[in-house]
Amino acid sequence: MPHDHADDAPPHSLLPPDPALRVKALESLLTRKGLIDPAALDEIIEIYAHKVGPRNGAAVVARAWTDPDFRKRLLEDATEAVAEMGFTGRQGEHVVAVENTPEQHNMVVCTLCSCYPWPLLGIPPGWYKSDAYRARAVREPRKVLAEFGVTLPEAQRVRVWDSTAEVRYLVLPMRPVGTDGLDESALAALVSRDAMIGTALVEAPA
Amino acid sequence: MTEPVFGAPWHAQAFALAVSLEAGGAFTWPEWTQVFGAVLAEHGLSKELDGGDDYFIAWVAALERICTERGIAGAKDLSALRDAWENAYLTTPHGEPVRIA
Repeated sequence: MPHDHADDAPPHSLLPPDPALRVKALESLLTRKGLIDPAALDEIIEIYAHKVGPRNGAAVVARAWTDPDFRKRLLEDATEAVAEMGFTGRQGEHVVAVENTPEQHNMVVCTLCSCYPWPLLGIPPGWYKSDAYRARAVREPRKVLAEFGVTLPEAQRVRVWDSTAEVRYLVLPMRPVGTDGLDESALAALVSRDAMIGTALVEAPA
Repeated sequence: MTEPVFGAPWHAQAFALAVSLEAGGAFTWPEWTQVFGAVLAEHGLSKELDGGDDYFIAWVAALERICTERGIAGAKDLSALRDAWENAYLTTPHGEPVRIA
């Protein structure tokens, strides 16, 4: 947004918003105290902005659909099972996989803040962090699901899992019918982030 | 899935600060979520938080709270540094790196 300057004053740098300045202040002070390393911050941002994301979770789901032994291990101890695939790290210390069935649909929320299985899904989307979702997912899950375009049979229960700093959930969606001929990577491509939060279903390719 | 992971650079920087402090043992993640959850609840009293800027404004406030409560950072020091950064942005000619003394 351009703004006016006196003719003789050169334009100064664009002033960031207040919270950005407060972040700069924290970073300066903590760096001076040796409590953080700016290079380490850049590395963290790089990892979470570009390297970790829902493709990891989708690979886990596809393997569970194609390998019954893996599926069993995933449902028994997801932390261990996903570690086999190399998905470990912060916010993945205790992962629980919850399986959708014709009897029960699962969806995940964090009512306290935004706990989420980072190694499998990356950083949560804005709506997951919004007050609206956090407040309503527990209270009126079917209505929330309908807003995501998901309508479930009346007979299918909806169970809402509240994540915490200690336990994070991954929804194992139902494998769509008509996908028998697809291999693991083709199946993974069908699995969306939202399907692993429980706000979408997985559809067979048209 | 096309939305960027972080909506603004400062969102990413604030996120990384908390992750880095936890990694260094300044606090545990459950301790962080308690403080952050409390700030979110306070901020949510006056408006419905949108999960974008609102969320990260709460994140920054929680960082300030946990750092000052634990004696990791002084509130006055933070406020002085914030103003120093503001002044640096306002006095550094466009295109030059912005630094504080």
